[in-house]
Amino acid sequence: MSDDLLRSLLDDFFQPPVWTVREVTAYIQDLLREATDLQDVWVRGEVTAVSQPRSGHLYFTLKEGDAVLRCVMWRPRVQRQARRFLPQTGQVIEAHGYVDVYPGGGTYQFYADVLRPVGEGAEYAAFLRLKARLEAEGLFAAERKRPLPPYPRRIGVVTSATGAALRDILNTLRRRYPLAEVVVAPSLVQGADAPQALVAALERLNRVARPDVIIVARGGGSAEDLAAFNAEAVVRAVAASDAPVVTGVGHETDFTLVDFAADRRAATPTAAAELVTPHRDDLQRHLRSLAARLQRRMEHRLVDAGLRVARAEQALARHAPLARLAAYRQRLNAARRALPRALSQRLRWAQARLAAWHTRLPQAVLQGLRWRRTRLQHLATRLHAAHPLAPLQRGYALLTDEQGRIVRAARQVQPGQRIHARLAQGQLTARVETVADDPPAGPGGAGSPAPTPSAPEGGSP
Amino acid sequence: MTVPDDIAQMGFEQALAELEAIVQALESDEQPLEEALRLFARGQALLAHCTRLLEEAELQVRQVVGDEVLPWQPDEG
Repeated sequence: MSDDLLRSLLDDFFQPPVWTVREVTAYIQDLLREATDLQDVWVRGEVTAVSQPRSGHLYFTLKEGDAVLRCVMWRPRVQRQARRFLPQTGQVIEAHGYVDVYPGGGTYQFYADVLRPVGEGAEYAAFLRLKARLEAEGLFAAERKRPLPPYPRRIGVVTSATGAALRDILNTLRRRYPLAEVVVAPSLVQGADAPQALVAALERLNRVARPDVIIVARGGGSAEDLAAFNAEAVVRAVAASDAPVVTGVGHETDFTLVDFAADRRAATPTAAAELVTPHRDDLQRHLRSLAARLQRRMEHRLVDAGLRVARAEQALARHAPLARLAAYRQRLNAARRALPRALSQRLRWAQARLAAWHTRLPQAVLQGLRWRRTRLQHLATRLHAAHPLAPLQRGYALLTDEQGRIVRAARQVQPGQRIHARLAQGQLTARVETVADDPPAGPGGAGSPAPTPSAPEGGSP
Repeated sequence: MTVPDDIAQMGFEQALAELEAIVQALESDEQPLEEALRLFARGQALLAHCTRLLEEAELQVRQVVGDEVLPWQPDEG
């Protein structure tokens, strides 16, 4: 064996082993998997760098100070998680899962299966306990809420002197209601000292500035950023404020305990500023309407007064002595004019009645005449029938004695006496042969021959 | 329009309240005409005052420093 060969064999044998990348990765992976504490764990951190690419997996980083933990949540988990809560940058959340190696990145990362906002943990439980306690105390009661002054002269603001919240509030007040004076009580709004600072600012503002209303505000932030507004001391200070308090803390969805204690809660600092002030445009509209009403009412009163003056003038003129005389004269003249008219009217009426009679009269007269004529004719007929000579036409004869007396009974004459018979045409003189009187019973006994004194002498015509 | 001194010193709210009361009174009662005219004139003055306040107002910003209310100086905040 040559020395070279020997050296080479020795070198191979004593060289430290070289690991492959896979071997190292697998080894670390094994180490992590044996650390069971890290395989079923809750991790709390502030969310940053959230992304959800088309794959549907959710990537984010949990951060605490300068330490970060990269996290991934696979798509099926994300879909389930999305129903409850998805993390947003700035939020402090708690994630459940396990730590493992990501071979492709050469890093370890957290594989999350459940996420929850930090409030759902112990802090949230504490929050709920405090809320329940204060509520039971009546701190949030509706009857404690005070109305806001409609036109606040002095508006107190408790917030950070440097935050966007103050800028938003001042801009809003300037635009809506520049009549107000704003007094700012600057305060820390986050961090451990924030609660104490907020309480002090509120107390000083009330005592020194005596504002009509106070806005307690803070811009949006993580749940931890808003923690001071859940602090019991701050909640109590808000409830105890002399001036009514309007809160505008965080975003729309954030609810803090000061919101419950405040007299009104607004979703944001800007909304709080809007809530405590009327709008200048509305006020100008209101003023215009008042001006119009004032004008209208006064015009009405003036027109009314003018009318009353005019009426009074007329009445006065009517009752002046000269005017009365004139009025009498006028009435007299009127009467004078009216009299002939009345008379002629009367006359016309009488004439009309007369004329009516004229037409009715002949009618009546004619009627009477007709009736009389009929009656006359009737009488004439009866008269004619009653004429003494009328029966002669039917063959009877009228007998008279020589003295001209009518012979009605046989016993009026004696045999041999001369009698005259008047016929319908001409007359006879005859002599009585016999006289036969009727028996006294009944007038004209039937069957017995009627005494016809004329028969022997004249006979029927 | 000349505004009487007592009105010129009124805040917006006070002036508006009196103006509203005057309009209300004119609309609901029959004052003697002279009184109505006086109310009308005062209403006009209040209107002018309120309008001027609204138009000319500039938001005053102050801050509580210690136990004092001082002008607001943002840079120091």
